[in-house]
Amino acid sequence: MGLMAQPVRRIEDGRFITGRGRYVDDVKMEGAAVGYLLRSPYSHARIRAIDVEAAREAPGVIGIITGADLEAAGVGHLGSAFPASALKNRDGSNRFDGDRALLTTDVVRYVGEPVVFIVATSQNAAKDAGELVVVDYEELPALASIDEAIADGAPLVWPEAPGNIALDWEQGDEAATEAAFATAAHVTSLELVNNRIVVNSMEPRGSAGRYDPATDSYELYATTQGSHPVSDMVARRVLRIPSDKLRVVTPDVGGGFGLKMSTFAEYPLVLIASKQFGVPVKWMSERTEAFLSDSHGRDLKSKAELAFDRDGRIVAYRIKTDFNLGAYGLGFGPGIQSVIPMFVVGGVYKLPVVYNHCRAVFTNTVPVEAYRGAGRPEAAYLLERLMDMASREMGIPQDELRLRNFIPNDELPYHTINGVTIDSGDFPRNLRDCLVNADWAGYPARKAESAGKGLLRGIGLAYYMEKTVGGPTAVEIKFTPNGRVEVGVGTSSHGQGHETAFAQIVADKLGIPMDIIDLNQSDSLRAPYGGGTGGSRSLWNSGNGILKAADNVIAKGAVVAAALLGADVADVSFADGAFQARGSNRYLPILDVAAAARESGKLEGALSESLPDGIDAAGTHEGRGDTFPNGCHICELEIDPETGVVKILAYNVVDDFGFVINPLIVAGQVHGGIAQGIGQALMENCLYEPGSAQLLSGSFMDYTMPRADDLPSFGFAYNEILCTTNPLGIKGCGEAGTVGAAPAVMNAVLDALWEKGVRHVDMPMTPLRVWEALRAAA
Amino acid sequence: MVDSVKVAFSVNGKAVTAEVEPRTLLVTFLREHLGLTGTHVGCDTSQCGACCVHLDGRSVKSCTILTAQADGAAITTIEGLGTPENLHPMQQAFNENHGLQCGFCTPGMIMSATDFAARNPDPAEHEVREWLEGNICRCTGYHNIVKSVQAGARAMAQG
Amino acid sequence: MYAFAYHKPRSLAEAGELLASHDEARLLAGGMTLLPALKQRLAAPTDLVDLGGLADLVGITVSDSEIAIGAMTTHAAVTRNDAVATKIPALATLAGGIGDPQVRHRGTIGGSICNADPAADYPAGVVALGATIVTDRREIAADDFFTGMFETALEPGEIVRQVRFPIPEAAGYAKFPNPASRYAVVGVFVAKTAGGVRVAVTGAGPSVFRIPAMESALAANFSPDSVTGISVPEGELNNDPHATAAYRAHLIGVMARRAVASARNTSEGEN
Repeated sequence: MGLMAQPVRRIEDGRFITGRGRYVDDVKMEGAAVGYLLRSPYSHARIRAIDVEAAREAPGVIGIITGADLEAAGVGHLGSAFPASALKNRDGSNRFDGDRALLTTDVVRYVGEPVVFIVATSQNAAKDAGELVVVDYEELPALASIDEAIADGAPLVWPEAPGNIALDWEQGDEAATEAAFATAAHVTSLELVNNRIVVNSMEPRGSAGRYDPATDSYELYATTQGSHPVSDMVARRVLRIPSDKLRVVTPDVGGGFGLKMSTFAEYPLVLIASKQFGVPVKWMSERTEAFLSDSHGRDLKSKAELAFDRDGRIVAYRIKTDFNLGAYGLGFGPGIQSVIPMFVVGGVYKLPVVYNHCRAVFTNTVPVEAYRGAGRPEAAYLLERLMDMASREMGIPQDELRLRNFIPNDELPYHTINGVTIDSGDFPRNLRDCLVNADWAGYPARKAESAGKGLLRGIGLAYYMEKTVGGPTAVEIKFTPNGRVEVGVGTSSHGQGHETAFAQIVADKLGIPMDIIDLNQSDSLRAPYGGGTGGSRSLWNSGNGILKAADNVIAKGAVVAAALLGADVADVSFADGAFQARGSNRYLPILDVAAAARESGKLEGALSESLPDGIDAAGTHEGRGDTFPNGCHICELEIDPETGVVKILAYNVVDDFGFVINPLIVAGQVHGGIAQGIGQALMENCLYEPGSAQLLSGSFMDYTMPRADDLPSFGFAYNEILCTTNPLGIKGCGEAGTVGAAPAVMNAVLDALWEKGVRHVDMPMTPLRVWEALRAAA
Repeated sequence: MVDSVKVAFSVNGKAVTAEVEPRTLLVTFLREHLGLTGTHVGCDTSQCGACCVHLDGRSVKSCTILTAQADGAAITTIEGLGTPENLHPMQQAFNENHGLQCGFCTPGMIMSATDFAARNPDPAEHEVREWLEGNICRCTGYHNIVKSVQAGARAMAQG
Repeated sequence: MYAFAYHKPRSLAEAGELLASHDEARLLAGGMTLLPALKQRLAAPTDLVDLGGLADLVGITVSDSEIAIGAMTTHAAVTRNDAVATKIPALATLAGGIGDPQVRHRGTIGGSICNADPAADYPAGVVALGATIVTDRREIAADDFFTGMFETALEPGEIVRQVRFPIPEAAGYAKFPNPASRYAVVGVFVAKTAGGVRVAVTGAGPSVFRIPAMESALAANFSPDSVTGISVPEGELNNDPHATAAYRAHLIGVMARRAVASARNTSEGEN
């Protein structure tokens, strides 16, 4: 029995379940000091002066760094993930991202912005010193929301961004869209809010840095989703040193969800401090600090409209969105609600024409960056809320409306109007399977039963399409002298089970046991270069890369085996982990061949000279990381009208992830994604106080994290419609659950409240909001 | 003004004595003084449960206990529950049922679950979900954690 | 946290002396409220007096007419106690809904009532059951104990030893928890005794309060419908992003009904 498509139990679990994981806070650097950030208590203020003299003298303080110190030392600023040319204003002019020093010198633009870095012998000593720092702030008017920022006469976060617009962007055919709307038989229009989320991975962010004067080089341990992008930013842009003078290591990471893809000021700061003060420095975020210093997710307002013909077929789609960048537009921010949603704007429907106009808005809030799905959940939310409402307005059943608009199987591969090609799928099959699993047909009886108990039952459907995002990087397979096999990848597992999934592929392909395989990832000097893990790309990138590298290993192995067997290379084949020559029953296990390739004397001179790395080989799966996971989510829930409490009774999903290598791991990814979608739909909301832009939901006491008793068990099933554009046939599953869940839940909530006259719902539908909606409709 | 406090208790069966600053939290003592980094810090409002350990046989949040308060107690951390060579049935159950992804909430989750399972040998799903109110996970959506706890409880009852 | 000195007295008298001789000293009970506050640097006591060594303050004693709970008894101990579960099951329910299991293993009734958080559960139970708070100096009636937001009638240095709960004919507690903190947005405790009915509400106002109109209606007819239409003015109620005053006013009615229904179910179950 092969290892592929098997629910192999995870190898990495051993250390996690016994408390032997090694996260950044567990990294011990001898003599390390504690780094602590003094952050702005104001949402918008000019800094007139910073006085650290008293703090410098406080007990336990080793040193203090201000923004002025960094400017004087020529330290660089943080940069953007999107070059200017990739994302321009619709009038052709350049967008404005803001300018971000590690520590601000002149203006603070959000509560939590880092101002002073204190290095001390303990956290308490650093905090004590922090209380002695005197910052003379001159308060400025603040903008807490998109609405405040775009209001006439609003003050400016950046003088360079008039009207607080950082990016004014469009894609699509405005004229054709307008024309289609003008003659459409039916238009469904919704104004929807996608609420701000605090990512809250269970492990907060942290960094530990050490400078070595002997080699004039740095070592950084940080909570990242990929060491190389962080190294690139820190070495080249900030410290302005050659990349090989900085080693960034990402140890075990306690969840990322997009948050930990970015380079934050605290990462280079520990390095700068280490060099300046001669000791290693570790900074770990506290949770309430994380609310103010991590990036946030989502936060946009849209008016979205679908135009239909008389048969309920989509003829056009028009979107207008304002999205909140926060105070800075660096990193991924500007692209997440502009280019990225457009990849999946029509989902799996035939969409003839579309026009999207969106604006990135500056406010005095924490910068908004990638959060699981990064643009695709937002797109699916608009589309599936519209389809749901259109179904109601036109009187076409929910499933029927989807079926009428699906890209038919015989039109796949399908070139969408926004430039992507959906290679494969069987959308009706996933939909129909999900309807069966959810017992859609039996729903009316269940609704009546709930009504008999005075409860409002609702069922909601969403068909989503995801597009994975990523580019190719190399995989290296090395046979080590101690008989193990090291697989080097450019991706960076932080909970996704790569140690197991990749080992399954290697073991299956090379016919070796899983337990001799080690994963080498996310070390900027010792693991292959890569973009890390995000965008659900890792299986596409590294998984397929393993196949390529393994093929190259086998090719090299065949040459060596031929020499050892005294045969012609053309007569050598590889199967079940061993090389065999035609006409002989001798076979050579690949590990033996690898060992022989290392030892001189076993092979003839020229051959061993030509294989300085034995049969080690690398491979890269080239191309764009486009795969199109898709599926159907159905959520069934019950609402207590007396309190507004929403209880999810059943949740079913049928996904298409192409070939599934480890169904256990894939199911886990989907479960977690669904939980985050449910959280956003019913519970989570990051609130800023209007006017002051003070963060109101600043801890778990006010920001509702989904707990076990908030969620149901999930019914997960999948159909394998193989991806035709990569050898493994896989479609990346990491974010898919989040893409489909929020609209499914909200459609169910609306369904439950519909009979009471409620017509509009926005996330999160907390008990208070449900109750208020019912009251308003009564 | 800062006195220090002498403490004596057992951790994972071994006697420990120390003199600490009174404000030293138990989780800090475990992680930094004893090097037992399996117990994690995930929040500062005593809600997330990543710091869960056993104190005199009951699950508690070590981030909300002073080391001084633990004087005389028997403390068990995740490291004391079982090793990779000799896993506790609940640890085994979490691996069997894919009850973890990033692993950060896992030690606290397992320590909380073993306390629950000791008195609930065959728990229903809703009972597990209610018990886990004090343990937050961001990765798994709890589905497989619940299965793990149910399986672990049954295994503990048999063993 | 700011630094402090730590003391673990072996008697109540010693605890009182420590409080008297250090005027910035605070008592440490379970620590489930005090320690998080200290971690956030919201308080800076010079000394902590740990009551954890006072075994006399732990325990539940039962007589025909009342249940006495030692001030250092944990919520978990209360909720698991057979006598409480059979004689005042609503109190077991209340204690079992505080925080989470790990918090309940440490948090104490004394700590809860002395802190007098407007969203804590115990104040509703203490007031509705007409309990008596026994300190190291005197006895204080429940109606006199909670005087405002985070305020009690305790004098400086006064230490609570025990809370004595008369056993009611029927009682029920219904709580609507804040989804994030799980504190009470509204918690209504209803108790029926030979002397009448008491209805106490926590979470909704700056401090626990009774609703006389509901009490008289229920005294005439102890059934959920009796409280229909009796409302509390919104103006006095708390308002926050999770719950407006109007919502709280509405929930008071809902929770009161549910508390009465629960009280009737458990008392009928016993009969």
